Amino acid sequence: MSAIDVPAPETGLPKGAPILEVEDLHVTFRGRVGLIAGLRGQKGTRSRAVDGVDLLVRKGEVLAIAGESGCGKTTTARAIMGLQEVESGTIKYEGKPLPRNLKPYLRKVQMVFQDPTGTLNPRQTIYEIIAEGLRIHGIDRGPDGEPEEQLVARALSRAGLRPPDRFFLRYPHELSGGQRQRVVIGGALVLEPEVIVADEPVSNLDASVRGEILQLLMKLREDLDLTIVIVTHDLGLAWTVADRVAVMYLGRIVEIGPAEEVLLRPLHPYTKALLDVVPEAGGLDRPILTGEPPDPTKIPPGCRFHPRCPVVVSGKAAELGIEAACKGEDLALEEIQPGHFSACHASRQLGAEAAAAAIAAAGAAVAPEPVAEDGRTDDAASDEPPDGT
Amino acid sequence: MSVLSLKDVHITYHTASGGVPAVRGVNLEVAKGEVLGLAGESGCGKSTIAAAILRLLPGTTKVEGSITLDGEDVLAMKPGRLRAVRWTGASIVFQGAMHALNPVQRVGDQIGEAITVHNQAGEREARVRVGALLEQVGLPTRRAMDFPHELSGGQKQRVMIAMALACNPSLVIADEPTTALDVMVQAQVLRLMKELQRDLGLSMVFITHDLSVLVETSDRLAIMYAGKVVEEGSAATVFHDPKHPYTAALAAAFPEIGDRRFRGNPTGLGGDPPDPQEIPSGCPFHPRCSVAFADCERTVPELYPAGEGRRAACLLVEGAKTVATGVSE
Repeated sequence: MSAIDVPAPETGLPKGAPILEVEDLHVTFRGRVGLIAGLRGQKGTRSRAVDGVDLLVRKGEVLAIAGESGCGKTTTARAIMGLQEVESGTIKYEGKPLPRNLKPYLRKVQMVFQDPTGTLNPRQTIYEIIAEGLRIHGIDRGPDGEPEEQLVARALSRAGLRPPDRFFLRYPHELSGGQRQRVVIGGALVLEPEVIVADEPVSNLDASVRGEILQLLMKLREDLDLTIVIVTHDLGLAWTVADRVAVMYLGRIVEIGPAEEVLLRPLHPYTKALLDVVPEAGGLDRPILTGEPPDPTKIPPGCRFHPRCPVVVSGKAAELGIEAACKGEDLALEEIQPGHFSACHASRQLGAEAAAAAIAAAGAAVAPEPVAEDGRTDDAASDEPPDGT
Repeated sequence: MSVLSLKDVHITYHTASGGVPAVRGVNLEVAKGEVLGLAGESGCGKSTIAAAILRLLPGTTKVEGSITLDGEDVLAMKPGRLRAVRWTGASIVFQGAMHALNPVQRVGDQIGEAITVHNQAGEREARVRVGALLEQVGLPTRRAMDFPHELSGGQKQRVMIAMALACNPSLVIADEPTTALDVMVQAQVLRLMKELQRDLGLSMVFITHDLSVLVETSDRLAIMYAGKVVEEGSAATVFHDPKHPYTAALAAAFPEIGDRRFRGNPTGLGGDPPDPQEIPSGCPFHPRCSVAFADCERTVPELYPAGEGRRAACLLVEGAKTVATGVSE
């Protein structure tokens, strides 16, 4: 969608050229059916994991994609990496749609996975792990004629494993969790990529090590002019590293904009709800959405968030005369403030300020009063079938 | 009287390469109705302590010091008595709700088993109690007939909580109860646990590496590093005004949104946790500490008083000077 590629000049965001574009991406998973049902021509239920995502990433920026499990954030990242068959939609790199042969593209775009222990082959030495990428791409000399060993050493030391030759012959099990994640990052860096897609890069690490790995990513971005797409459920992490934040819900981006705007002045009630559950000293007396994330096989009509939306549930939407729209009218992202997009009837029809007020009022209305009774009222909501059934 | 009391507890694991001291002299008290938060990074000994309270450690592990539960010495219990105390005296909500339930048994039967095994009720009565427990944790009674795979992660964790409460224990130990859960579900489960704790007047030990979670749920915090408690005090003061540099680093790992100090500037702690077999001399934290000075390498800091109801094991704490000089003379 063209609307998203206009970062207004006053947002102060990196203004590099578009490097990665995702247009109207759809990814569907089909449930399996039994033999008999299959012979009868029945099809499995379609699960719309990614249901129309538009995204534009500019060179040099850090974009965080946030949301609950099952919102499609990881599937979007995997689709960008060509790891996921897409149903429809285009992914463009430097303005050109991806070619059939993805190899040259995958050299430029590298992925860092969540679990470093699972990512690293336990029977390979660190040297072998790092050199594998070079060998796959048939690179035996660096741009200045450096031998492989020097390229591996450079990648390791960029990833903060110094002196690199001390790590060459070690195996993953000899390293700590933080060091393993550095090896994964080193493996991505050895190909000198332009873009790194990091899927929850620190959520499997100990609290004290997380900051270090994030610091490393920030430093690499400075030094190598990398573009980073970081998938996370942790908005606190987005606050520390991201230039822009995209919040996904049920396969769609529902809000995207500069990190400061999205995280401090959210325009979508779902973003507000996510912000409310970031644990902090405020105590547990804040509104918490009930129930599990809904089922992507049954996407509700209208705004897909309306069954859980505090603005609708509290009756605030009816009061403002937008309830019919919330329940019946699907909507796309719309620029509400410069560079700040939201897909919410409240912000679309009432403007940013009134919408923020409505969201705040609705939050207060559904917040627990006496803390003692409330947790149990989610009875009905948590009674929904869990994902996958 | 305190429900749980640990006095000078040392725990050493037996391995092929010799003893591994996982816990090195820990004193903790949990009063009736109090929630104690125990925090620290992996390998600091926090889960070892949880397992030691119910004597769940491997037989070769050496446990010294004293652990008393409701005034009774846990380490001296005979096997029969121990079995009786497990779950009725103290119960545990384990970390991986996904794997802690038996996949081929209905969840209601799993909860009921705890009740009948402890002769708290007959089968029929147990079934009624299971229903009541499920309602208490926010699940409809008919969920008792479900198998674990029919439940979502949050629902499974609710079942684990119901199970922990089945025999009315005086102490519940929660070992990373929400780490595997999604953000929204984590908040729901935390609120549920807090409510149950308030309503039932439970004493709890809450273990996690996420300090921000502990601030919400705990009354008091104890921060562990390399097998020792390095700071303790009331939850809010420890989090917002840490006296030990390690606590400060842990707290900074979970920045508050809107705090400009962290914007574009993730802060972390350099280095890795120490190998329990090669603990650094002096203050074990000194190689990673940003404010360490010469004395830190030589002097092992004790828990010095650091303000009202607080103690910290750092030579920079004001109380340290007076205590340290008093000792050396």
